[in-house]
Amino acid sequence: MTEVLSDSFALAGRQMRHIRRMPEQLLGITVMPVAFVLVFGYLFGSAMQVPGQGGYKEYIMAGIFAQVMLANLTTTAIGVVEDLNNGLVDRFRALPISRSSVLLGRTTADLVLVGWTSAIMAVVGYLIGWRAHNGVLQTLAGFGLLLLMGFAMSWLGALVGLSLRSPEAVSALSGVVMMPLAFLSNAFVPPEGLPGWMRVVVEWNPVSAVVSAARDLFGNERGASSGAFPSEHPVIAALVVLLALLAVVVPLAGRAYQRAAARR
Amino acid sequence: METAISAEGLRKRYGDHQALDGIDLEVPAGTILGVLGPNGAGKTTTVRILATLLDPDEGRATVAGYDLATQAKLIRANVGLTGQYAAVDERLTGRENLQLIGTLLRLGRKGARARADELLEKFSLVDAADRMAKTYSGGMRRRLDLAASLVAAPPVLFLDEPTTGLDLTSRLALWEMIKEQVDAGVTVLLTTQYLEEADQLADRIAVIDKGVVIADGTPDELKREVGGERLEVSVASLADLTAATRVLADVSPQEPVVDRDSRTVSVPLAGGVNTIAAAATGLERLGIEPQDFAVRRSSLDDVFLALTGQRGADEDPAGPTGPAQQDDQAAQAEQQKEMQAA
Repeated sequence: MTEVLSDSFALAGRQMRHIRRMPEQLLGITVMPVAFVLVFGYLFGSAMQVPGQGGYKEYIMAGIFAQVMLANLTTTAIGVVEDLNNGLVDRFRALPISRSSVLLGRTTADLVLVGWTSAIMAVVGYLIGWRAHNGVLQTLAGFGLLLLMGFAMSWLGALVGLSLRSPEAVSALSGVVMMPLAFLSNAFVPPEGLPGWMRVVVEWNPVSAVVSAARDLFGNERGASSGAFPSEHPVIAALVVLLALLAVVVPLAGRAYQRAAARR
Repeated sequence: METAISAEGLRKRYGDHQALDGIDLEVPAGTILGVLGPNGAGKTTTVRILATLLDPDEGRATVAGYDLATQAKLIRANVGLTGQYAAVDERLTGRENLQLIGTLLRLGRKGARARADELLEKFSLVDAADRMAKTYSGGMRRRLDLAASLVAAPPVLFLDEPTTGLDLTSRLALWEMIKEQVDAGVTVLLTTQYLEEADQLADRIAVIDKGVVIADGTPDELKREVGGERLEVSVASLADLTAATRVLADVSPQEPVVDRDSRTVSVPLAGGVNTIAAAATGLERLGIEPQDFAVRRSSLDDVFLALTGQRGADEDPAGPTGPAQQDDQAAQAEQQKEMQAA
């Protein structure tokens, strides 16, 4: 076990070096989310009607955080595809190291990056007026839950990358999957005004559960619960969904790693 | 001699394609086995199985004394693998690439650094050590890749088409580095499409086609057994060519092969020295003075053609003046001299 951890650590360190080598990459992954915070907070915020006193700036932050976590799927998937195609996966697999450490190293490094992005976003959000109202512990719990989502999406991304094996396919698929997941949720728009069937979809979208949970933990208002379970108990619903996703995806990604690397 | 790699009846099927159909190999410790074969013959699949990257459907193998089925991790600790792609992290420096492997091999921080320095020195990468690998030339990448597979100082090395796509200079440099490893006692299994490469490096060659070993032996044995030797006579005029063809037809049970452009006629050398003597006497009787009278051993190219019905790789790795061919020419010149003395 300690071997797995130290190998993963060394492999995660590899990605940290990439970032040190090319800081513009870090800038790249940070600029978009920060731009989202500004665009949604200022531009759309002036036109949006949301529940509670905090206004759209308070409402939107949890949504943008969740979207960044969702996008972590693509980051990991692309990284895995790169390693597969340039032969590094073969190199690592031919070493007497634990085979889980390669994926664990990558998902950990991607988690660190997404954590960094969140920190920057939080600062920018604070500067434009976003506040967390429930104290340090609950705020940290909110970020913890969001990062758990980022980690789960990262493992899902590893599975996707290992299955598709091409960066183009990964981009295409993640666009198709992530758009509806993000926009058919309560991340950007309160579900109250939606037509009936769409409202049901939004309420049961797992992304909504995470967003609602984060809003609750941050103390940002999210309007009245509709009575659906994920809306009534968002923290439990989010934890269950994310842990279940990890429980399914981690072993599947591990198996895909064994086979995908073996196929060529 | 101790056996470093042995494989028995390896089979692997992908869908309805039988990639390996019962591969048997033996590589004595401290030698190079060249695995030769056309594209898709099963060379890479064989290497990937032996390097534990792929499970065979059937068959057994031991590598470096460990059983493939039950001791894969020990095998991984004792083999180095260089695949068809230079598997280096482009965004790390050469030194970092080697240090990462060293760390993963638990050499410790200091140990990994020392080993990296040593290998950078050995593979002439010191000047480029702190540049990102993506700035490296193809030859430098291959050298770094080979160095990376040697960090653990493994007793067994798998090289899967290690020089594909390299220019002549880089290829020769890599050949030297491979030879150094073998001199140091490392056992090498090398796949290649380049006949010269196998001829130059390998102690023994296994020719694979359609997932089975169709011939194996030393390069010389293969050339003798499969291609045999031919007596070849070149003359000055077409009239002489006709006469010379008649002479050779008399001394050989097989039809002579005539090439009018080069005014050369040849027959398989079935009867050894007697055939040579008879041919020489026949030509002398007719007063024909041959421009060239020689026994030619078939090239590995002929062997490959005869065995697989395909030419070797089009791209001639070493060019017409490559060392392998120079050796061949030297050998032929020597044979010619012997003949003239006789």
